[in-house]
Amino acid sequence: MASLTINGTVHEVDAEPDTPLLWVIREQVGLTGTKYGCGIAQCGACTVHIDGVATRSCSLPLSAVTPEQKIVTIEGLSPDTSHPLQKAWLELDVPQCGYCQSGQIMAAAALLQANPNPSDEDIAAEMTNICRCGTYNRIKAAIKLAAAQSRG
Amino acid sequence: MTDHDELELAVANVSRRGFLAGIAAGSLVLAIGWPSDASAQEKKFGADGMPNGWRDDPRIFVSISPDGLVTVTCHRQEMGQGVRTSIAMVVADELDADWSKVRVAQAQGDEPRYGNQDTDGSRSLRHFFMPMRRAGAAARTMLEQAAAAQWGVPVQEVRAREHVVLHERTGRRLDYGALATAAASQPVPAREMLKLKDPSAFRYIGKDRIGLIDNQDITTGKAVYGIDARADGMLYAVVARPPVFGGRVRSVDDAETLQVPGVVKVVQIAPPEIPSEFQPLGGVAVVARNTWAAMQGRDKLKIVWDDGPHASYSSDTYRAELEAAARKPAKVVRRQGDVDAAMARASKRVEAEYYIPHLAQSPMEPPAALVQIKDGKCEAWACVQAPQATRTRLAERLGIPEENVTVNVTLLGGGFGRKSKPDFVLEAGLISQAMGGAPVKVTWTREDDLHHGYYHTVSVERLEAGLDERGMPVAWLHRSAAPTIGSIFAPDPKHELPFELGMGLVNAPLAVPNVRMENPEATAHTRIGWFRSVSNVPHAFAIQSFVAELAHAAGRDPKDYLLDLIGPARIIDPTDIGDAWNYGEDPKLYPIDTGRLRQVVETAAAGIGWGRSLPQGHGLGIAGHYSFVSYVAVAAEVQVDGDRLVIPRINIAIDCGPQVNPDRIRSQMEGAVIMGAGLATSSEISFRNGRVEQNNFDSYEVTRIDTAPREIHVHLVASHSYGQPLGGVGEPGVPPVAPALANAVFAATGKRIRRLPIRDQFLA
Repeated sequence: MASLTINGTVHEVDAEPDTPLLWVIREQVGLTGTKYGCGIAQCGACTVHIDGVATRSCSLPLSAVTPEQKIVTIEGLSPDTSHPLQKAWLELDVPQCGYCQSGQIMAAAALLQANPNPSDEDIAAEMTNICRCGTYNRIKAAIKLAAAQSRG
Repeated sequence: MTDHDELELAVANVSRRGFLAGIAAGSLVLAIGWPSDASAQEKKFGADGMPNGWRDDPRIFVSISPDGLVTVTCHRQEMGQGVRTSIAMVVADELDADWSKVRVAQAQGDEPRYGNQDTDGSRSLRHFFMPMRRAGAAARTMLEQAAAAQWGVPVQEVRAREHVVLHERTGRRLDYGALATAAASQPVPAREMLKLKDPSAFRYIGKDRIGLIDNQDITTGKAVYGIDARADGMLYAVVARPPVFGGRVRSVDDAETLQVPGVVKVVQIAPPEIPSEFQPLGGVAVVARNTWAAMQGRDKLKIVWDDGPHASYSSDTYRAELEAAARKPAKVVRRQGDVDAAMARASKRVEAEYYIPHLAQSPMEPPAALVQIKDGKCEAWACVQAPQATRTRLAERLGIPEENVTVNVTLLGGGFGRKSKPDFVLEAGLISQAMGGAPVKVTWTREDDLHHGYYHTVSVERLEAGLDERGMPVAWLHRSAAPTIGSIFAPDPKHELPFELGMGLVNAPLAVPNVRMENPEATAHTRIGWFRSVSNVPHAFAIQSFVAELAHAAGRDPKDYLLDLIGPARIIDPTDIGDAWNYGEDPKLYPIDTGRLRQVVETAAAGIGWGRSLPQGHGLGIAGHYSFVSYVAVAAEVQVDGDRLVIPRINIAIDCGPQVNPDRIRSQMEGAVIMGAGLATSSEISFRNGRVEQNNFDSYEVTRIDTAPREIHVHLVASHSYGQPLGGVGEPGVPPVAPALANAVFAATGKRIRRLPIRDQFLA
């Protein structure tokens, strides 16, 4: 048994220590907003925050996470869709199929945390998640909208 | 027409799934038998020509609860095109519903009930705009009838408006919830008595008022895709499939696998008969208590494979075969005038060969499905584009009557044609059966997705033109060599089917007097399947690149030259130029209108500022293409920045006829530009010794935000009337992107791109 703090709740999980955090979150904890896309940290669909840092959970074994570390998934980003990025995503109708979007939003949230006013170049450098539907230009616009609204 | 031509036409006319119905009987015989049966029948077009056609009964698609909530049942599958929103918008508009009280429910796979559900071919709104309008209008009429009956007034005196039925003379009003029960027992009005809204009264259709209906769920992680499906006691499986198509297990040692904690069982899946259609590839499944254990167990399997007949399939040698085939006379698929004579008289001749590789759809959600079998009943939850085909194939393969098979459709995390084939659902069904019916979820890893796909075809397109003294072509010869999708349905076919030839080859609207198009033989050595826009991708790349090459040879502006080659605005009956397929649509209703093609070319060109002076290292390119009965042009600006190819800007213009959901048309064009840019610049699936060489997104390179066009401007060309037929939207944006980019690279560098992807070919 291992202990994980996810979205403010402590979960006891029964999984092999080498199990990637992604699968623990999805199958043991039952939060399926975090997605599998590649399994090798290439696409970012599995992005969660660990102590505020955007992390690709498909490539992080359970054994590397301590009970004290705060894991936040898309379900815990804001309980009422009030995060500026979620609002911007709604405002600009960013998603197409939506599958990669929880990872995109989690990556963008960490980006804004570190850089509240990112330029196009900052976004291009930091947002390396893949979207096959091709929502990149709206993602860029939504990040800038969220940044502007956060600045008030 | 030869017998062979007739057979192929028949196969296309039966449409995709009608065709499959023939194959399911075990051979091509039924399909061959079709023309004589059909010749006696009137040819059906559009939704009428699809398996199970269409329905417009409001009782199937609309329900209203006493609290006033309207639930629209969407029978088409959502994969990012926004169909759940758009279908609900159409119904809600005619119903005059308050959008905040509209919900959408996803239909199970049941075509006898819902009409055709096969979500591909850019057909959902093209085929169901009118039936869904009628369903909404009929439901509205039933509400009005119920109110009139309750008030004892003639129905003509009441009217529905924004979720309320009003009797203006007396000021009485009842909301939809209050009328719901009574309305349900009203007779469904006759179709010909329905009064549809005047388009000037549309509240949602054609407006940008409505946001994506699933957006809240998506942005909070609540949206459920196939890979997210779950059931009590669920087991998890992954499958080791033959590394070479057509291979089979010679022996398997699963001792170490069974030692992996969490692994429950190892199950063999039989290899399919060839042609394998939608059947699983066979192999060895590892069933476990969680996905990770299943993956670990699979890694420990010791399998000796018999690679079968395609073990020498290698892309480099295959390319040489296609090139050799394209350099010789071949089966003629369109003939107009005398190309040889005109070529001999031409003052200049130009020829070029283009190579377009295999591609994988690689939707971000890989194939995944959950199936359980309980009390003789099978239930599936899956991300499938074709739920009825899924249901039928599950029933056949599991030996369960179809009425006992339920297919629940989740959201699809992208489809692009991959999820039209339910092989992965059949795997889950077979494994569940082997596990005594326990719920089993099969997940494909990204490596599985890239190694065992239904790939976009690979092709060599050879073009030759003879130019007159003004530089315009008087003779045009195009040979298109590519393995056919028909190879998954029929034993070893050698030629493209009419639906492939009709994707931008034979129906290319060219103002050239002498045209011959040929289709050399090509053998498939892997599974070929639909990839967004299908054969339009290679055909448009070749033709639109060649047009720019001819413009250069003639010393002319590529945009002006393209417009001259399209020729004056005119209406072309596609059957007159050798396309009897016409996307399944009536050629009278959907002729090729070169004026519309000209207009999108001019719109995209104006949008990007065609002809403006550019900085050193920049170039503009243009391409226009007709597909899925819509007209699209792309103007692209590229910039060579050191060893990088940057795309500062793309303007894309579409005329898809009447627009239902303009924002989703824009988003489909944006997505088409991104996918088109990816296949143009970096994506390639190649084979060596029968095996796919790419493993994951580190080697199968798709567009990311840093390589995406920095600006995408979408121009929607307005339709003058909702009485016009609708065109497709999901696919037609893709084909012109690659040639526009390649032409821009030529303008920037003088380097002509004849092979995709471009990668670093622009570095001289």
